[in-house]
Amino acid sequence: MDSTRRAGGTRRDFLYLTAGAMGAVGVSSALWVLPNSMNPAADTLALASTEVDISKIQVGQAITAVWRGAPLFIRHRTPEEIAKERAVDWQSLRDPQKDEDSAVKAEWLIVKGVCTHLGCIPLGTKAGQPRGEYGGWICPCHGSQYDLSGRIRSGPAPKNLLVPPYTFVTDTLIRVG
Amino acid sequence: MASAGKKVKFDNPVVQWINDRLPIYSILHDQYGNFPTPRNFNYFWSFGAIAMAMLGIMIVTGVFLAMSYTPHTTLAFESIEHMMRDVNYGWLMRYTHMNGASFFFIAVYIHISRGLFYGSYRQPRELVWIFGVVIMLLMMVTAFMGYTLPWSQMSGWGVTVITSLFSAVPLIGDGLVTWLWGGFAVDNPTLNRFYALHFLLPFVICAVVFVHVWALHVSGSNNPTGVEPKSEKDVIPFNPYYTTKDSFGTVVFMIIFMAVVFFAPLVLADPAHFRQFDPMQTPPHIVPEWYFLPFYAILRAFTIDLNIPFTHIILLPAKLQGVIAMFSSILLLLFLPWLDTSPVRSAVYRPVYKWCLLLLLLAVCALTYAGSKPPEGMPLWFGIVGTFYYFLHFLVIVPVLGKYEKTLTPPASISESVEAGHE
Repeated sequence: MDSTRRAGGTRRDFLYLTAGAMGAVGVSSALWVLPNSMNPAADTLALASTEVDISKIQVGQAITAVWRGAPLFIRHRTPEEIAKERAVDWQSLRDPQKDEDSAVKAEWLIVKGVCTHLGCIPLGTKAGQPRGEYGGWICPCHGSQYDLSGRIRSGPAPKNLLVPPYTFVTDTLIRVG
Repeated sequence: MASAGKKVKFDNPVVQWINDRLPIYSILHDQYGNFPTPRNFNYFWSFGAIAMAMLGIMIVTGVFLAMSYTPHTTLAFESIEHMMRDVNYGWLMRYTHMNGASFFFIAVYIHISRGLFYGSYRQPRELVWIFGVVIMLLMMVTAFMGYTLPWSQMSGWGVTVITSLFSAVPLIGDGLVTWLWGGFAVDNPTLNRFYALHFLLPFVICAVVFVHVWALHVSGSNNPTGVEPKSEKDVIPFNPYYTTKDSFGTVVFMIIFMAVVFFAPLVLADPAHFRQFDPMQTPPHIVPEWYFLPFYAILRAFTIDLNIPFTHIILLPAKLQGVIAMFSSILLLLFLPWLDTSPVRSAVYRPVYKWCLLLLLLAVCALTYAGSKPPEGMPLWFGIVGTFYYFLHFLVIVPVLGKYEKTLTPPASISESVEAGHE
């Protein structure tokens, strides 16, 4: 039909393809930029690590610190508590985790205080709060119960309380994040 | 488009001048003035107009509230108090907007129930129905984001719980939640983006309402008999008959709405809505607004993980089951036009299906109750039974009953049914 038609297609086909390809590149870069702008901004990321002085926490006590805008539970466990958690048959749990892996120094348990079900803050850190059947934490929203190793033991939560990355700067100072 | 082709002449030369260049007057005349409409509507057919009036009220009050609102975590709660105490008539605009959300949902839920009962979703109105479901989804997202803005305990924790649902998505769940929040917890970036979207989405809703009504005006309205109009005797012009009827229905609805705004503005509000958001302290009992309760109950009706048999490997965690069920409870409505197999459109002539619809209503009431209570004991059972019937209804009863039910014979035409004196 068209006198300019050759075996590899016409000039018009070439123009359609190159224009289409440029358009696709433009649209996909916008699709990358716009949603990505909703990810945490640089200043939010800069607050991602925090230092906590743990020298004042007595044995058997726990405190709530703030890490990334969410609570962080730091518990100074008693020898009985440690013995109890280390004796648990961890392989049969919903989210199997060894106590030795979550508490690097046995007397210090450090977990993010956010229920892995729907993000509520479990009770059990302050003295006098209910701690649930397993002696750790109980979530007021939907009743998930955690033990003193932060492991999910009953209720709807699928995972253990998150153990954040942390290091001991000195014996009484930790850096989280 | 009903009477396209016929050119309307206008007496007013200005109107005629505009109409020759932009035919808005002929469109109004064809689509609302002269539009042939079944003569036998009952008042359930007024709820589309009522819902549209509510959308207008929400947008207008919302724009004025936005002039006194500050979307920042440190100032949002105070700016609401400022609105309530200092801004001229701020309390009135806010109570109208706050309760308006509830009344918008009341109108829309009645509108949807009417469609379910009289089979308005069926061929040839599938797209009208689908656009309607899209409007409902957009309304839910908009209402949820609006709920965040006062930055109260209920706002902050409601958002935390509902956005955390997305962490159930396999593999990308946690990243998805961080992306929604714009951080590692519900914080200022979350509030900012929800405010932007809460402002934007109502206008998107307007656009979808436009195509919803457009598609409706192509097929024409359904009516209580479910029988399509067959002759001029079956229809009357939209104006003045239904402009009057819809206006009257709207006025009655607005009287009830305003009675709540003026005399019981906080009847639907939770006390936790009057304390500022504290990200370190979850209130003892988090409940969504009443219009989300049935879906919240479906979410929480699933409590047992699905394992690969005889192992501890979890195939489908309870949390993910709940999330899937909640979203599918709404999305399955999109398929309703094809699930319904009955030869008869209106439930008036379906003696068994009528009762199933009543059961569906009871199931939704049971779910509403279950959603308002902690998920344990009796309320949990109400939730499980309600969820079971909800899915049984749409996925089994609707397709199967349609094939086997012995239906009554619908009247031959609308005029025959009107003259016989029923409906």
